[in-house]
Amino acid sequence: MLDKVIIDMLIEGTVATLYMTLVSTLFGYIFGLPMGIVLAVTDQEGIKPNGIIYKILDFIVNLMRSIPFLILLILVMPVTKALVGKTYGSTATIVPLTIAAAPFIGRMVESSLKEVDKGVIEAAQSMGAGTFTIIWKVLLAEARTSLLVGVTIAVGTIFGYSAMAGVIGGGGLGDIAIRYGYYRYESDIMFVTIVILVVLVQILQGLGMMLSKKLDRRHM
Amino acid sequence: MEPIIRVENISRTFQAGNGQVEAVKNISFSIEKGEIFGIIGLSGAGKSTLVRCLNLLERPNEGSIFIDGKDMMNLSQAELRRERQDIGMIFQHFNLLMQRNVIDNICFPLEIAGVSRNDAKKRAEELLEIVGLSEKAKAYPAQLSGGQKQRVAIARVLANNPKILLCDEATSALDPQTTKSILKLVKEINRDYGITVIVITHEMAVIQEICSKVAVLDHGSMVEEGTVEELFRAPKTEEAKKLILNEFRHIKEMRSERMIRVTFGGSSAFEPFIGNAVLEYKTPLNILYANTKTINGNAEGEMILQLPESQEIADRMIEYFKENNLGVEEVDHYVG
Repeated sequence: MLDKVIIDMLIEGTVATLYMTLVSTLFGYIFGLPMGIVLAVTDQEGIKPNGIIYKILDFIVNLMRSIPFLILLILVMPVTKALVGKTYGSTATIVPLTIAAAPFIGRMVESSLKEVDKGVIEAAQSMGAGTFTIIWKVLLAEARTSLLVGVTIAVGTIFGYSAMAGVIGGGGLGDIAIRYGYYRYESDIMFVTIVILVVLVQILQGLGMMLSKKLDRRHM
Repeated sequence: MEPIIRVENISRTFQAGNGQVEAVKNISFSIEKGEIFGIIGLSGAGKSTLVRCLNLLERPNEGSIFIDGKDMMNLSQAELRRERQDIGMIFQHFNLLMQRNVIDNICFPLEIAGVSRNDAKKRAEELLEIVGLSEKAKAYPAQLSGGQKQRVAIARVLANNPKILLCDEATSALDPQTTKSILKLVKEINRDYGITVIVITHEMAVIQEICSKVAVLDHGSMVEEGTVEELFRAPKTEEAKKLILNEFRHIKEMRSERMIRVTFGGSSAFEPFIGNAVLEYKTPLNILYANTKTINGNAEGEMILQLPESQEIADRMIEYFKENNLGVEEVDHYVG
């Protein structure tokens, strides 16, 4: 069963899955990180409270988070078509993945930044630090462990979503599992893809947690 | 001379649920340059809010604050940030950056002030030397004891050569021995650099250890202000008496009888006034408690005396002590 063609396909699928996951995570953070920062900063307890900005962003994030990913995949197809030129394949899948990940990442960043000790922020303010200095040197720097744990969770979640995109021909391991396991009843290939998926998630989670722990100076 | 801090009729009100909480009510005071000024009060008295008004971490709803003649309430955001570099603040829980090592923590205010990395590092090393922690430069706050963390916080606060140092319950999380060493350091800083210090505390011992002037805060109002000696010898308000007499509360036997607290300092310490009183009125006196304290560098004594049952003799004894320039205070209802 595992002839060269299949093995090549699995390797290709693995690479495609990793490509979708990592690029989508990167884009997710490009949009999600500023969202999370704005949410944490404009919150009532934040360093620059602003009820209007917070409520608008909060609403958008909740709205986007409440659309199931499978529906979102179909919903954003026109956008995907406009941006990538086609609606199938791994590059096209990055568009819905990013749209799904950004608000989720925004929420995680917000909660990480809110964990930063209020006293430390106050100390920075007492030294005359401005908003940007506090965001950069206090909030992001002090929350880095929690932020890295967030990245790890985001990678795992996006990884799972990327497999779901297999339903609409999204490419990668999920695509293979659906095509062989569901459409062609070749469950052995499906099992192999599942094993690869599990191993990859374990490796990514392990790496993320190790890195965040290594960079944490709070416990010695 | 213009005082370094002049506060005029400030009030700070918080919205809490449906009602309003007046944390600071119409407070005015001045602090001279080089002074160590204490603000004492029980928790919830408004001390922390008051001290945060001085660097506008809390903006008063009313009133004015002048620091070195500058009207703080009318500064732009940028001017305020610049002004805050001259007003250092240390905290009960130290508030160090946990992800930075000691030397980088001290560099932080210098980064804010735009000092170059090399100059900042050099300055930070000097400061670490001053607070006696040179060997901990590369350590992280999690590896330090409470006293060491507060020393790092003090080094950090000195980095920008502030004119004023605000201490918000800076020793409340420390044991008595460490408290003493931190207070000593603050005193040295005040003496060596002429930095005006404001000490917020709920402990009379801290005030007695380093302050020259003191203000008593109660429910957001400043109820009493004066020198520490005045407050120690003759507390005028209920709140001040409570703070002074708080430490006798544990003496269980001191119940029901009429009691006085007698304070004495300077030359009166050499007069055998108890013996004289006993001889004069031919009635014994019971000493329940006696102690001497160093206040502002001078020895001050205090005693709790149980007076004779005869009201007449008791009254005459009080008169006698007062004539001998001792501080006398009836304390019955403060103990037990």
